[in-house]
Order: sequence, then C-alpha cells, then structure tokens
Amino acid sequence: MVYLTRKAEFSASHYYHNPQLSAQENARIFGKCNNPHGHGHNYTLEVTVKGSVDPRSGFVVDLKQLKDVLHREVLDAMDHRFLNKEVPEFLTRIPTTENIAIAVWQRLAPELQHAQLHRVRVYETPDLFVDFYGEA
Amino acid sequence: MRAHLTRRYMFSASHRLHSDLMSDAENVSTYGKCNNPHGHGHNYALEVTVSGPVAEQTGMVCNLVDLDEFVQHEILDRFDHQNLNTLPEFVRSVPTTENLCIAIYDILQRGFRHAHLEKVRFEETMMNSFEYAGGREPAK
Repeated sequence: MVYLTRKAEFSASHYYHNPQLSAQENARIFGKCNNPHGHGHNYTLEVTVKGSVDPRSGFVVDLKQLKDVLHREVLDAMDHRFLNKEVPEFLTRIPTTENIAIAVWQRLAPELQHAQLHRVRVYETPDLFVDFYGEA
Repeated sequence: MRAHLTRRYMFSASHRLHSDLMSDAENVSTYGKCNNPHGHGHNYALEVTVSGPVAEQTGMVCNLVDLDEFVQHEILDRFDHQNLNTLPEFVRSVPTTENLCIAIYDILQRGFRHAHLEKVRFEETMMNSFEYAGGREPAK
C-alpha cells in the first residue's frame, strides 16, 4: 500500500452559531467565533489517498484526476465563500474545522476512481488542524 | 462521526542529558554535546491530538478553550522557561524528548476529560520529532 498526499489552499469566512441555543449560550460556547458577520481563515487542505501502485503507470492515482476532482468538488465550492451562507452542508451544520473535514471527505469519496481515500486533513491555522478518516 | 483534532503549542526549556546509571565517560560518549553540565535549551513545539465524535450541537470534538486552558495551566505554566532536569517528572529519568513525550502524555491522560487523548508529538528542533500514543501505534 502506498499513500499519496495532495495539498491545496482555500480562503473562506465563517462563524459558529447554533440556532437551537440561546444567544447567551452561543456566546459562551463559541466566544469570538460567534460574531454573526463572520471572520476568515486561509485553510490548508491535505488529501491522502492510498492504493497499490499500478504496474503499467507506476501511479497510485492519476494526480491530474485527483486535482480536478479536488478543484471541482471542494475548491470551487468553498474558496472565497462565506461557508455558512454559500455551502449547502453548512446551512444546517456549523462550519467548524471538524465539519469541514467531514464535508470534504463526503464530497471526494464518491468521486475518486481506483485509489481509496485515507485521510482528509484541514488546517484552520498552522496551530490547529483536524484529521478525518471516514470513521462513523 | 469521529474526528481527530490537533493543536500546536510552543515552549522553551533547557535540559542536560545525563544518566546516573552510566559512568561519566559513558555519558559523554552517549550524549555528546547534550551532556554539557551547564545544560542547553530548545524551543519545543508540542502537538496534542485528541479524538471523539463531532458533537451535533457544537460541531466540535472538544471546545478548544478547554484544551488550551488545560495545556496552559498543567503544561506550559509548569514547563515553559524551566530547566527540565529540575522538574519532578525528571527526578528519575533523563529529560530526552522521548521521556518528555511520555511525561506530557501522562499529564494529559490523567487530567484532560473533554476528549480522548490520541497522541503527543514533539519537535525538539526542525530536524527531529517524537511521537507517543500511550504505547499504541499512532494514527497516521
């Protein structure tokens, strides 16, 4: 098994708010992140796929195909967007780094041919990242 | 759904690698420059990885404020700008980054209740890093 990681960046704004909680509870749990006008991050995304090396091409995955899927399914949808308002998943789920990693996984997994998705890592800042391995 | 969250912290500390179980000559040959009796220092980067189900109400594995407060009080306030050899954790063990990993893992494992501790990772310099997952294989 060989693992291959492709990196990408996108910039987006978001805020944390749960409409089922009171304004005070939202402020207590989410602090500064609860500002309804949003704030932004430069996100770094690392997508790791795994598979055996195809003896004919020497590839685990066709990088161009992976890059195209990544652009079409994730970057075009999230780059320079207000995640809460413009990305369908986040109309009902809070766009935390955890939920972004899950959304990226769910967008990529059905689109990948041959190689299997192993890990989605999303850096919100260089000091904070989330890994999602597709665990239920 | 279960996710892994990693937070990175920095602290600076000095240490000397010296084992009472070895002769002076053995200490020098084992630890080289790191055996200098006056000690030396590093800027340590500490990465703490926790895991758990992503709570529907918050979208979080755990609230970062809880993790930051715990690490600040129990680790950074105690280790930053200290000589590691003088701390109780290293009375009986050499403050190598291996042992530092284990000591920090144990502090988190004993006291942090808001998520499951997966692993601790240290960069002693940009050229070397160490990981400890309580004896398990760390998730990659």
